[in-house]
Amino acid sequence: MDLTLKVWRQNGPDKPGEFKEYEAKGISEEASFLEMLDIVNERIVESGGVPIEFDHDCREGICGTCGVMINGHPHGNQKGTATCQLHMRKFNDGDRIVIEPWRATGMPVVQDLIVDRSALDRIIEAGGYISVDTGGTPDANLIPVPKEAADASMDAAACIGCAACIAACPNSAGQLFTAAKLAHLNLLPQGQPERYDRTIAMVEKMEEFFGSCTNHGECEEACPKSISINNIAFMNRDYLVAKFKDRRKAGQT
Amino acid sequence: MTTTGRREDTKPARKLPWILELYRSDVAKKWIMAISGVILLGYIAAHMMGNMKIYFGPEEINHYGEALRELGGDLVPKTHLLWIMRIGLTAAFAIHIHAAYSLTRKNLQARGRVRYDVPREYLAANYASRTMRWSGVIVLFFVLFHLADLTWGTTNPDFIRGDVYNNMIASFERVPVAILYIVANLALGLHILHGVWSLFQSIGANNRVYNKWRRYLAWGFTAVIVVGNLSFPIAIQLGIIS
Repeated sequence: MDLTLKVWRQNGPDKPGEFKEYEAKGISEEASFLEMLDIVNERIVESGGVPIEFDHDCREGICGTCGVMINGHPHGNQKGTATCQLHMRKFNDGDRIVIEPWRATGMPVVQDLIVDRSALDRIIEAGGYISVDTGGTPDANLIPVPKEAADASMDAAACIGCAACIAACPNSAGQLFTAAKLAHLNLLPQGQPERYDRTIAMVEKMEEFFGSCTNHGECEEACPKSISINNIAFMNRDYLVAKFKDRRKAGQT
Repeated sequence: MTTTGRREDTKPARKLPWILELYRSDVAKKWIMAISGVILLGYIAAHMMGNMKIYFGPEEINHYGEALRELGGDLVPKTHLLWIMRIGLTAAFAIHIHAAYSLTRKNLQARGRVRYDVPREYLAANYASRTMRWSGVIVLFFVLFHLADLTWGTTNPDFIRGDVYNNMIASFERVPVAILYIVANLALGLHILHGVWSLFQSIGANNRVYNKWRRYLAWGFTAVIVVGNLSFPIAIQLGIIS
């Protein structure tokens, strides 16, 4: 199939960017979207040009490294998949495809289609972990976990941190990512001791970088793991509870 | 930084009173928007229901107006309880607007100046949710006009203080006012259609079992309010009430 690509090219973080058009002829329908970009890049290199920079790693939808805006849809117009899982058979011969990087003040463009997602690392550092003493390996299943809690936590833990939720949000809010990371730990017994400190720390770190949720629900549609906005409600509830607990603690000196 | 283990050293210095410190957070602002929203929704429902008395004649509705001033009966001086409610309502309105204003500014900043080249094809966001800011501003300006027209009487030449029946008819008899009222109430409808659903999400009232009821409630509440409110100018224009 023959395609026309309109790709954002930007040669560095503070450089001005622009769209450039590329012809992608003779692309196999069986190619993945990233393989299509590989082929285009090879041709660019052969003709002496600078290849289109894009992030990618596992190419099986589990690492969260890849992710671009394809014709106005994060990860393309296929629900519940990452860019690497999108195949060219979903497009038609002669299509014109616009490829853009994620856009948000908290995720500036590094080069072409690559954005700096280190804000997500800052949020995780703020509390997306549990503190455990080192020592001998504990027995498996030592801590009983209710099945429902394990399921809900696992659904939230499916988040691969690709930032499609932020890219899709009209407010560039980081709520779905942060809420998924919080629900993942806050639902489990192991997450309880630090639950409320974690919630305050991660929410407030998120707010340093990103906008605020207005409950559109676009993030859930964009999420390659179809993570529910129910997690956002769970986070909102925990945040206020945390603030009250924090107040009580301040009085316990 | 050295750690001495004393509580004073680990306690972060609090710069503002707790409630103001809380209000600095976006998530808390949404909580406060939700709670002030509930107060305003309660008022809208009571206002619409009270006005229904116009269908029972001038005696009924004028008596209703008087009853509002006499709220609290013999227990409080006349109009005192009404004023407490008015102040509370104004405060809820002001804080709702301030939170919306500051979150909007933050969101525009977070989104940045470079927008996507391809116009977004929204999958989940609906017309109501995307126009909250516009419908909110329309409702704000309408409320100011509404007060001037029916409470203070400044824009209503035939205004008679205390004669609610006469004032409503004198106001809605004018075609431009009736049209303005209808447009503003449709904007209000859009605003509360998203607002009623959204507030549950903001306060974390979430349960897979009853989540679908949040949408039904939003549609049902909005339908009742919009139909009720639109009935007044339409009935007056059609001469059903005169």
